[in-house]
Amino acid sequence: METIENKKIVVPGEVLATGMDFLPSSGTYRDKDKIVSIYVGLTNVSGRVIRVIPLRGRYMPKRDDTIVGKIMDMTFSNWFIDMGCANMGVLSVREISEFVERGADLAEYFSHGDYVVCKISKVTRSSVDLSMRGPGLRKLGPGKLVQVDSSKVPRVIGKQGSMISMIKDKTACRIVVGQNGTVWIQGAPEDEMVAAEAIYKINQESHREGLTEEIAALLEKKASKNKPLTREDEEPIMERGRNETE
Amino acid sequence: MKRNDGRAPEELRKMEAKTGIIKRADGSAMFRIGETIAYAAVYGPRELHPKFMQNPEKGLLRCNYNMMAFSGSGDRVRPSANRRSREISMVIEKALEPVLDLTAYPNAVIDIFIELVQTDAGTRCAGICAAAMALADAGIPMKDLVSALSVGYLRNEIVVDINGEEDMNEGATDIAFACLPITGEISLLQVDGEIKKDVLLKALEKAKEAAKKIAEVQRKALKERYHDKHDA
Repeated sequence: METIENKKIVVPGEVLATGMDFLPSSGTYRDKDKIVSIYVGLTNVSGRVIRVIPLRGRYMPKRDDTIVGKIMDMTFSNWFIDMGCANMGVLSVREISEFVERGADLAEYFSHGDYVVCKISKVTRSSVDLSMRGPGLRKLGPGKLVQVDSSKVPRVIGKQGSMISMIKDKTACRIVVGQNGTVWIQGAPEDEMVAAEAIYKINQESHREGLTEEIAALLEKKASKNKPLTREDEEPIMERGRNETE
Repeated sequence: MKRNDGRAPEELRKMEAKTGIIKRADGSAMFRIGETIAYAAVYGPRELHPKFMQNPEKGLLRCNYNMMAFSGSGDRVRPSANRRSREISMVIEKALEPVLDLTAYPNAVIDIFIELVQTDAGTRCAGICAAAMALADAGIPMKDLVSALSVGYLRNEIVVDINGEEDMNEGATDIAFACLPITGEISLLQVDGEIKKDVLLKALEKAKEAAKKIAEVQRKALKERYHDKHDA
């Protein structure tokens, strides 16, 4: 069995392996006896399974993803939420945690331009349904927004949330990372800047080795004087879903 | 026979390629072959407007080819869109479509803008090369890249990648050609002039060989964007 280099940069149409020794997974396809990449991305080989993780790209909605979106429009029973992908998400009044009286003005709950954390409950050809029933799903208050590539989100979160909890601890900020790549940060203004800088750096250099150490050094240098938030200060935000796998 | 710029019959002009040059685009690329320079920017998949064009079964690939007003001389270069540029936009869409799976983008559009800042023949081919790179740079799943070039038949000889002067020759046949470099599957074939069938087939073989060289340049450029940061 031939060996395939892990974390190698490949381009669409590049042959990753020949023969039947390997199995094509996401980001690849099989053409007769060849396994070919469909992305500009990094190879990820685990056992016999070959995957290509894209380096860039717009967010594609998936069920059970937690996203941060912006309220763009509303009707008498729905909000339309921009998640940075081609189609807008639909949040029905029935899917929010509060009780909404018949004929109530929806703008009193969420208005144009508000940011919310939602979960994707259903993805069909024609629509993406969202839900706000669940721990941590809510309207976001004032804070700083940073946009990263959705393919870099697992790197921002880290293994079991290691990267994001490190940033949270060192900067004493509240942070919500949406799988669509929108990141919300709330804290003291100077702390927000540090957190945003760290996240921006991860976004730019996600394919590099030893990034975690560099981020740790950066945060150490500019560490906040404020006390890190404890579990009690913080509202529970679920960062389940797709974390870094390896 | 020597060509007017001293190239061998199967020699391509000097090529240069770069990706990630337009900040606000989802993907972008520059492709230069000789004196022809094409820039491509990809936006999307994003919501398609006007709404009546939306298709819940399949996304749309929308291409806009433009020769900039200062890009060359002659009656082809006009400051506005014209019949020729609309037709070329359409053939470029058709040339790129085979590598994409548009059914993954219902009601959406992928926009490609191709701008030619300097022209010396082979603009649609340079445009396709740049657009294919820009699509890959935008992280859009692609079966393969698309590589394109023109082949000529002049003074009873097949020459690869003809330049502007050769194109102007009396009786020159100009073949615009695009293919998927791995399989050799042809996605664009236009012939302007007269040519015999057996000569055409020979010319296509040469074009396929040359397309592989172009694909190498494209692949290198796509990777370079990330290699630079490895060293930094």
